[in-house]
Amino acid sequence: MMLGGAFIKDRRTPVYLGIGGLLAILAACAVELKTGRPLLVIDVKDMLHANSFNLTFIMVALGCTLLYFLLNGRDFEKVGPHVSEYFALIFFILCGVSIVATFNTLLMLFLGIEIISIPLYILTGSDKRNLKSNEAALKYFLMGSFSTGIMLLGIAFMYGGNVMGTFFINNMNLGSGPMPALIGVGLVLLMVSMSFKVSAAPFHFWTPDVYDGAPTVFTSFMASIVKVASFFAFVRLFESAFGTLQSQWQTLVAVITAATLIIGNLTAVFQQSVKRMLAYSSIAQAGFMLLALFALNDTAKEGLVLYAAAYSLATIGLFAVLVKMKDYTVDGFNGLSKQQPLLALTVTIFLLSLTGIPLTAGFQAKFYMLWAAIQNGHHFWLVILAVLCAAISAYYYFRIIQAMYFRENSETVMNEWDITPSFKYLLLITAVLIIVLGIFPNLVIDWLHY
Amino acid sequence: MEIKYYIGLAVALFCIGVAGVLTRRNAIIIFMCIELMLNAVNVLLVAFSKMHALSALGKAMPSVVSDGQLFVFFIMVVAAAEVSVGLAIIVMMYRNVHAVDVNFLNRLKN
Repeated sequence: MMLGGAFIKDRRTPVYLGIGGLLAILAACAVELKTGRPLLVIDVKDMLHANSFNLTFIMVALGCTLLYFLLNGRDFEKVGPHVSEYFALIFFILCGVSIVATFNTLLMLFLGIEIISIPLYILTGSDKRNLKSNEAALKYFLMGSFSTGIMLLGIAFMYGGNVMGTFFINNMNLGSGPMPALIGVGLVLLMVSMSFKVSAAPFHFWTPDVYDGAPTVFTSFMASIVKVASFFAFVRLFESAFGTLQSQWQTLVAVITAATLIIGNLTAVFQQSVKRMLAYSSIAQAGFMLLALFALNDTAKEGLVLYAAAYSLATIGLFAVLVKMKDYTVDGFNGLSKQQPLLALTVTIFLLSLTGIPLTAGFQAKFYMLWAAIQNGHHFWLVILAVLCAAISAYYYFRIIQAMYFRENSETVMNEWDITPSFKYLLLITAVLIIVLGIFPNLVIDWLHY
Repeated sequence: MEIKYYIGLAVALFCIGVAGVLTRRNAIIIFMCIELMLNAVNVLLVAFSKMHALSALGKAMPSVVSDGQLFVFFIMVVAAAEVSVGLAIIVMMYRNVHAVDVNFLNRLKN
């Protein structure tokens, strides 16, 4: 695909190729999940391991990427002339996402995270003439490789500290007694570096700048699929390797979760730019997803997959509309309901889902997370805090809805020529998906139990 | 030599790298400090691998020893990939602002 760009002159072709390729992978994944028989057997020495949980997650990620391609396929051209390279990089990232979803050794975790990160640095900086894009790329790169260094030190300590001398996360046999010093240091370092990757407080400071500076099309991908995949890796790592030690690190996770929820929600209230507001809201949503790491039970796993689907769908939809806006501030949304009633309706549904209003997928996802945390039984204050923060989040999400429906604007707010009927219908389908998932969450969760 | 000296050396190198990342303002020097962090990890991995080789476990299972050293190669490969992307980003920035100073990075905040 990358080299194909040199020969294919038409800019539409990579889009179709990308969509076709994704459909093929998605079909292969579904067949494997239904029948339990993989299409291709490659001996990976058990370094990667897939069960129905991982496969469902990969399917959710692929499905969201498919929707992302369908909605944004034409906006890639606005970033620069190298459309096929952008698609190739996104496929590299998807490769990393599937490694991260199935990894069984710390080596694969490291490689998967790097395969996700390195193409993302390029995509962030792909608007080469734009200073903001440059700045975001450099910042993301420095922060990303810094956290990689921390993660590697953690991995080295795990290798030296565990009695089995292994990188396999299932064989470490850490027991549940007091930790040796090396394991303790390694655990904290891994937690810090993964918090960097999922932008949990207090390691979130790069997120708003990077999300703001990157071209909006790529911010959408970064904030949805990549973020959710890093979370998945986080939960998988701590469940398999450190699950038995949970009582010793649970309080630390509770503190990180609380800090992420509070900082994300409170800062989002003060943002004027919708793009920046969405960056902070993604930090706040990360706080909710951290509840899965906090609880680590079956409900949490189901909730994580559901959250991945709900959050990615709503974020991709919102960003797809945002790309077409002329003005990214909240005032830019004034009067949208008069000019584009259908788009305003879908944006409202996406925002309601992010807030967690009943009948949307976001509500079910948040409900599963909170229920998992209650089942866990420790630190009940965290659940109360999470509900309070969800209430705060309603304020800044509803501000956009209010701007769309109750304010007037004489100028056109969107690039009218850009909005095709198919774009509208796709957005409508996304919104319908969110509502269907909100009423029948089992549509996703049942896949886990094949 | 005992393993603790190697751990001390690696942690010291790593901390020098971290201090450099946090205090220096020149993007290329920050970049070198990150490389220093990665190499500190390489030293540590090789030391641990040697430690396992001398233990009873390593004599019974040679793969435990080779795993650590293989990891070092992967770190080197990934570091090389990161260098190529990172330097490209720095060059791109230099073309636009004719500086490699990270103080420039404060513009987005406003």
